[in-house]
Amino acid sequence: MGFKKSYEEINEKIRSGKAVVLTAEEVSAMALELSPSEIVKRVDVVTTGTFGAMCSSGAILNFGHTTPPMRMERMTLNGVPCHGGLAAVDTYLGATSENPENIRYGGANVIQDLIENKEVELEAWGKGTDCYPRKYIKTKISLETINEATLFNPRNAYQNYNVATNTTSKIKYTYMGTLLPGMKNANYSTAGELSPLLNDPEMRTIGIGTRIFLGGTVGYVVWPGTQFNTSKEKNEYGIPMSNAATIAVIGNLKEMNSNFLRAAYYEKYGVSLFVGIGIPIPMLDEDMAHRVSIRNEQIETSILDYGSAGSPYLGKTNYAELQSGEININGKKVRTAPVASLQKAREIADLLKKSIQSGKFELTCPVGMFPTGTSLKKLFETEGGEQ
Amino acid sequence: MKEITRRYVMKFPPQSADKALTYKLIKEYDIKFSILKAEVRPGHTGSLLLELEALPENMQKGIEYLEANSVVCEPLGKKIKFEAGKCINCGNCTGVCFTGALTMDREKWELNFDPELCVVCELCIAACPMNLFDSSFHEEEPEAILNN
Repeated sequence: MGFKKSYEEINEKIRSGKAVVLTAEEVSAMALELSPSEIVKRVDVVTTGTFGAMCSSGAILNFGHTTPPMRMERMTLNGVPCHGGLAAVDTYLGATSENPENIRYGGANVIQDLIENKEVELEAWGKGTDCYPRKYIKTKISLETINEATLFNPRNAYQNYNVATNTTSKIKYTYMGTLLPGMKNANYSTAGELSPLLNDPEMRTIGIGTRIFLGGTVGYVVWPGTQFNTSKEKNEYGIPMSNAATIAVIGNLKEMNSNFLRAAYYEKYGVSLFVGIGIPIPMLDEDMAHRVSIRNEQIETSILDYGSAGSPYLGKTNYAELQSGEININGKKVRTAPVASLQKAREIADLLKKSIQSGKFELTCPVGMFPTGTSLKKLFETEGGEQ
Repeated sequence: MKEITRRYVMKFPPQSADKALTYKLIKEYDIKFSILKAEVRPGHTGSLLLELEALPENMQKGIEYLEANSVVCEPLGKKIKFEAGKCINCGNCTGVCFTGALTMDREKWELNFDPELCVVCELCIAACPMNLFDSSFHEEEPEAILNN
């Protein structure tokens, strides 16, 4: 058995300011010279980062009670519908919920307005009950005036993602950006070797309770993300070659800022939220050192035709090629563009690194691990009808 | 008098191909021009994106000469405005920018915008998820200058 380190040993080093912390890009460069057995002895923590549009995001808010009290059954924030099925004054505001009168403004924009300390108009309706007699309210709220504001994202930080192109003769507007006709461009979103879940592909250190960087503050992984899929085909380096595992994350919205949480609008698609996530990976043993040593050219992903029904598979590529600005799809040279910010992902990995180096951020051993052998179900229509 | 610079999209009908139109622009009206983009196919309408530099009077006469020869001249009076301060460097706009005005610095992964290369195709306006691009007309309309 090779060299091993425990979470407690790593945290002891963090507390005494002696922990050696590198970003995933730095350790990948180091791995060109050093073997995993040497890396695990020299490095204690590797930080990762990502900053991309993550549609499955939202906030749990508690507005506080009015006098007389009200059971808010239907409500909007700046005209954006939010969930009315959570007791009297709790709501879940989904990032992609849109104001029907202005579809460019949605839940993500309300979240950004709140963290930028702007006032937001709450309008709510209830039927009126003996204990909650009030039927209507229109008022202004802000992060300061309400009780809890918690960011809770059911599916974030996809482990790898497809490259999107468009073989048709028409321009396509997608959540992967604007895709020009005739494969004139190909868009990718993953941060490659810096991407969190690609540095721990078997999720050995990421599980329930993992402390992370989220939206500019400390957050936690609370559950496997929805559509958590461990059955995707892996390449020779153990990397799933399309979108696989995901995480559900939580954090205090009141501590977040719009440098790392930003509303977005995709033409003819809708509203989404750019979320900044950074995950520290502890160097527990040689296997983990080997995993974080992964380089862009070893991380492969699938190219899909987002222009055609069912998004047919066109081939594979890797992140070294994608980041070079041009890939080859079946003999045709195609220009590439990122749709998630590598510059911000690096900023996050660096911030997390500094925060661990200064002893402010300790690592957590997950209190529960994620499932294995999961795959996805399709939704079938049982009532017939038109396709 | 000072020379002015203007960009035009010019559509040449097939029958104009045998005339030395550009020669006359230079010789008669002293118009300097650079071709920024060209789409020419024999027997079809050809399109040129030209940047012209000339004295206002010559510019007007040159355009009138071209129009008299069935060349459609559309002034490119717009320019793209970009709110750089709010940019997150995601790269979405670079995917649609076929002239290379918007590119990623592949070391720092920051966005570079070179307005000189921009042909105001406006694809970046819809492609930017932060809504940071907008097109606007020049403060002085080219028509107003030409009519002076």
